[in-house]
Parts: sequence; C-alpha cells; structure tokens
Amino acid sequence: MPQSSTPKMSARNVNVFYGEKQAIQNVSIDVDTDNVTAFIGPSGCGKSTFLRTLNRMNDTVASARVEGEITLDGENIYSSGMDVVQLRARVGMVFQKPNPFPKSIYDNIAYGPRIHGLASAKADLDVIVESSLRRAGLWDEVKDRLKDSGTALSGGQQQRLCIGRAIAVEPEVILMDEPCSALDPIATAKIEELIHELRGRYAIVIVTHNMQQAARVSQRTAFFHLGTLVEYGSTSEIFTNPREDRTKDYITGRYG
Amino acid sequence: MNGVAIVTLILGLGLVAWLSARAKAVRLAPAPSGGASRNRSGRPLLHSLPVYHGWYAALWVLAPALLFLVIWANVMPGLVTERALQDSAAAALPIDAMSRSAILTEARNVALGNAQAAFDPRANALIEPYRSAHRFYSLGGALAALMLAFAGGAFAFTRIRPDFRARTKVERVVMSALLVASLIAIVTTVGIVGSLLWESLRFFAMVNPFDFLFGLKWSPQSAAMGYGNEDAFGAVPLFWGTIFIGAIIAMFVAIPLGLMSAIYLTQYARPAARAWLKPMLEVLAGVPTVVYGYFAALTIAPNLRDFAAWVGISNASSESALAAGLVMGVMIIPFVSSMADDSINSVPQSMRDGSLAMGATTSETIKQVLIPAALPGVVGGVLLAVSRAIGETMIVVMAAGLAANLTLNPFASVTTVTTQIVQLLTGDQEFESAKTLAAFALGLVLFVVTLLLNIVALHVVKRYREAYE
Repeated sequence: MPQSSTPKMSARNVNVFYGEKQAIQNVSIDVDTDNVTAFIGPSGCGKSTFLRTLNRMNDTVASARVEGEITLDGENIYSSGMDVVQLRARVGMVFQKPNPFPKSIYDNIAYGPRIHGLASAKADLDVIVESSLRRAGLWDEVKDRLKDSGTALSGGQQQRLCIGRAIAVEPEVILMDEPCSALDPIATAKIEELIHELRGRYAIVIVTHNMQQAARVSQRTAFFHLGTLVEYGSTSEIFTNPREDRTKDYITGRYG
Repeated sequence: MNGVAIVTLILGLGLVAWLSARAKAVRLAPAPSGGASRNRSGRPLLHSLPVYHGWYAALWVLAPALLFLVIWANVMPGLVTERALQDSAAAALPIDAMSRSAILTEARNVALGNAQAAFDPRANALIEPYRSAHRFYSLGGALAALMLAFAGGAFAFTRIRPDFRARTKVERVVMSALLVASLIAIVTTVGIVGSLLWESLRFFAMVNPFDFLFGLKWSPQSAAMGYGNEDAFGAVPLFWGTIFIGAIIAMFVAIPLGLMSAIYLTQYARPAARAWLKPMLEVLAGVPTVVYGYFAALTIAPNLRDFAAWVGISNASSESALAAGLVMGVMIIPFVSSMADDSINSVPQSMRDGSLAMGATTSETIKQVLIPAALPGVVGGVLLAVSRAIGETMIVVMAAGLAANLTLNPFASVTTVTTQIVQLLTGDQEFESAKTLAAFALGLVLFVVTLLLNIVALHVVKRYREAYE
C-alpha cells in the first residue's frame, strides 16, 4: 500500500524512560490519515507506552521522560512552546477500559466542546452532540435517553460513547489503546466497523493484542518487541510475508 | 483467704494443667521420625497438636474457677451480712432501716480493716461476728473455687486421647471470648442510651417537651431559684448557638480549606511533598481539644473583639461565636481533608486520564469530573465533620460563653448544648431538680442528632464506595 505524501505524525529516534528503566528504544515511525495504523506486540513490549507519547499522556507519570522528536503536521509536540492542552484536543484518545464520565450521555459528548469553547449556543452544542453520536454509531440507540447516565450503558455502548466523546472536539488523530479488550465479540465487531468508517477523516492508531483484529482493521502494522520497533509496513505484508523472524514467530503464535 | 492469693493459685494450677496435658498429649503422639506420617506401628496420630490439649485443660481449670470467684465476690457480702445478723449481738439493732444499715456498714468497715474503730457501740459488738462470718465465707469460696479448678482439670485431663478434637474446642472458646468482648461494648452503649432516655423522661415529666424543644428562653438558674419551670428551659437558643458555631461558622472554615488542601495533596503535590504535608496536616487532628480551647479563648477571641471594636461593632463580646467557630473549623480541617482525599483518590485514574486526554487542564478535570464523582464521599465527610463539631465541648466551653443569646451577630456571645451540659452538671448539684435533669435531655437531643448525621453520612459514603468497586 502506498505511503501517503505527508505523514500526519512522525516520530524520530524516540526513547522513553521510566526513571532509570528504558521502555522505548530509538523508535521512528510515520502515521497518516489515509490508513489505520495498528501497533502489535507481546505484553510489555512498549506499544502502549509509545502510543501515549503521541499525545503526551506520559506527562502525567512523574517519572516518565521522553527523548527524540515527535511532530504533528511538522511541529514538534515536545518543544517548549507546545500547548499540551491544545495538543490533546488535536490528538484524541480512547482507552482500554471504557471510561465515560459519571454524567449524562449528552454531557459526556458535550464535555470537550464546552471546555474548548467549540459551541456558543445550546443549538450548536446539540448539533455537535448529535453528529458525534451518529459518527460513533450510537445515535439510534441513545437518542431517546440523552439525559441518562453514560455509565448506565453497556460496555460496548460506553466505548462507542468514549469514541464519540473524542470525535466531538474534531481531533486530527485518534489514538486507541486496546479499545476492545474489555468487550464481547459483538461489541468488538461494532467498534471495528466504526474504525472503518472513521478512516480517512482522522489518522487512527490502534494498539491491539489481537492479531486478527490488527489484520481486520488496519492498513499498516507496526510490530514492537522489547521496546524496539521491529518491523513496520503494510498490514498484508506483515501478516503474509514478514521480513523479520521475530515478527514471523509472533504472528504464527510462537510466543507472545 | 486472700483474693489475690487464690487467683494466683488458680492461675498456677492452670499452668500446671497446661504443661501436664501437653506432656500427656506428646506422649500419646507417635514419634515424628521415620517419614511415614500416619499410623506408624498401628498408633493413630493426634487429631490436635499437643499445645491445644494443653490449652484445653488450662481453660477447664481457669474458666469455671474464675467465673465462680467473680460470682462469689458479688454474692458474698450479702451472705456475710446475713450470717452476722444471726449472731445474738444483732438483736440490739434498731428496726429503722437507715440507721440499721449505717451500723452494719460501720461494723463491716472495721471488720475488713477499712476503718480503725467503730463510732457506735452497737457496731462494735457486731465486729467480731462480722469478721468470723467473712472468714467463713471467703474460705468456703476459695475451697469451692479450688475444687472447681481441680474438677475441671481432671475432667479435661481424662478426655485427652489421640482422636480428641481439642483444637476445635479451643477455637470455640476463642470465638466466645471475642463475642463477649464485642458484646461488652454494645451493652455499654445500650446502657448509656438507656440511662440518657430514663433521665430525660424524668425531665420531661417536669417540663413539657414542646416547651423544651421550641421555647426561646433558656434560664435554668431561675428555675433552680424557685421561679418555676415554665419558660426556663426553652432550648432553641442553645440549638441555634450549636448550629451557628459548629455547622455554620466552623464549616465556612473547614469545608473550603479542607477540600482545597485535599485537592492540592491528591492532584498537584509531588509525592515527596505529599509525604511531608499529609502527616503534618493530620497532626492538627492530634492536638488536644483543650489546647484549641485556650488558643480560641486567649488568642483569637480578644483579637476579634478588638477588631470588631475597631470596625465599629458596638456589642462585640470577648467570648464570641466567631472565635469558637473559627478555631473549631481549623480543628475539623483534617477530617474534611482526609475524607475528601479518600474519595478523590477512589475516583478511578481512568476517569482523570479520560478528561486530560480530551485536552482539559488539571483544574478543569478537578472541577468537572473529579469533584462531581467524589461529591458523595465529600458530603459524607462533611456530615461526619458536622457531627463532630456539634458534639465538641472544650473549645465552646472556653471560648463561646454562657449567655443564651438568639443572635445572628457572630461577634456576640452565644452558648451551645455541650457548654450548657457542662454548666448544669459541674459543681454541687442536687440530682432531682429539673435543672440537672435538663442536661440529660440536652444530651439526648445531641445524641439523636449526631447519630442521625452519622447514619446518613455512612450511608452516603457506602453507596458511593459500591459505585466504583
């Protein structure tokens, strides 16, 4: 699959340390809008850690330290002039466990637009809430109970609510950290379908344990092992004809 | 026989029983050598370890004998008196119950060595019968206790067999001992509530409960001086003073400061800073309330009065609601802070991450996500703090004053329920008057209110805990 002309985000020689321990070694990777990128690899390989460097969520961990350069549209997100709050509005994130706020469905979606001042009137906000829920594939299920608590939804609905919440602030990149690992197969299928629909509009990076899922939803796959990026290429290449033995062993289930 | 000696003797017997029963059990047990763990040379293994057999025997020696001694110590005085009265010297006693018992008490005190000599000659005549009766019964009791100890020990000793389940029996004794320990606390509480209720009922027999709960004038002194109970026991000024100081002024200090320090400690402070600041804040909770009391009375109150006079408030008192309330608020800060700390910490990290990942700042996250999610816990903490504040005594006794004013002026002197209870019950008081009994009625009201607050608070906190676990 052809690499698109200009990458949305690119990382160059990124190292991440937790205190003395190095979690990521020298990773360079490009992410673009046309393709869904999957990060795969065994537990503890650093794929989630690396994902969290892309919107600086590692800043919340006191001992974490990031070296190297990560750019969003050519601008280094670790430069001192970068507004982290603004960055996270542009690079949204969906977590492993659905984490809706203990507020109504409406307020969950309206949370981001409100704090970023995206809607001046109630009517504007209503439009954003509806369109976000539609894009998250949740509108038909919840349109009659927007005032109900977001935590009262099923696990799969909660995760789609969280995706809708991320979409509502019109991000450019959406990071998903094993978004289906707490869901049943039907809910998982819905999320995967949703990822297909969102592709092209947002640059999507998904961390997953499930190799079938990576094969189903992504166009490009990066295989991490022991904190290094072993191989990065088109998903079909990685799964049918990996260059590296380690990738092949992992994909064929030799370890991991 | 001397009480200490007999108890020591029984304890010694218990030790002997422990050692010998254990030794017997060890003899019955197969030697531990030789790998094969069961039925070596046809002998069955001990069901319980030897030490349990030891405890079993020791308990059989100790429990019945000591229990008997406790009962005997309570029954014996009556028996001794009974026997002493059968003596011929008792015939000279007056029939009048009061002087009769006075003489008997005198005789007993001399007989037991608590007094040098009796005042009344009739008591002197009773000393010797008393002494002999006492000797008779204490010796009898001691012998009975020893016999019980021996009997218990012998019974337990004969039951030691390899398959005897001493371990289970000891477990049952341990369980009942723990049950008794917890029952004592419960029974004590019930007793306190019972006496509170009983004395309050006596008070309400003299004063109309409606007048007490809704009356606006509090002057128990006038009732004591014989002006009658009407209009003297209206407790509303007290209730107001308590609420004004404990639930309004103190909470104005404690809620914002406690909450903000909890937010700082949980959200902003670095781990190293938190490790220092949190224990230091908790030191506040360890300051004796009397120290807060004189801080309020000697430092805060005069300064507040001067300040009020300087601002131009004419009737400022040197004992003000504000002084007591401010200091009480400071005292309560650690409670509010640690409850808020707990409930903010128990909001899942994923909630906080979710908000931060949306591009919210830390303070937006706190305001919009953490506080609403932690609110029930915080409210529960505040209710507990209020219940503590209104029951607090030393600060208000020292700083709030005694005048039962119904006022909104924080610089005026007000009085509280606890202050008045102290006031009503200190000094020489006759116990039958409405004035002293009013203290019980006030105590009952305070108890009911704090109980309700605690129940509501714990319920709120519990429901909140369940939501996240």
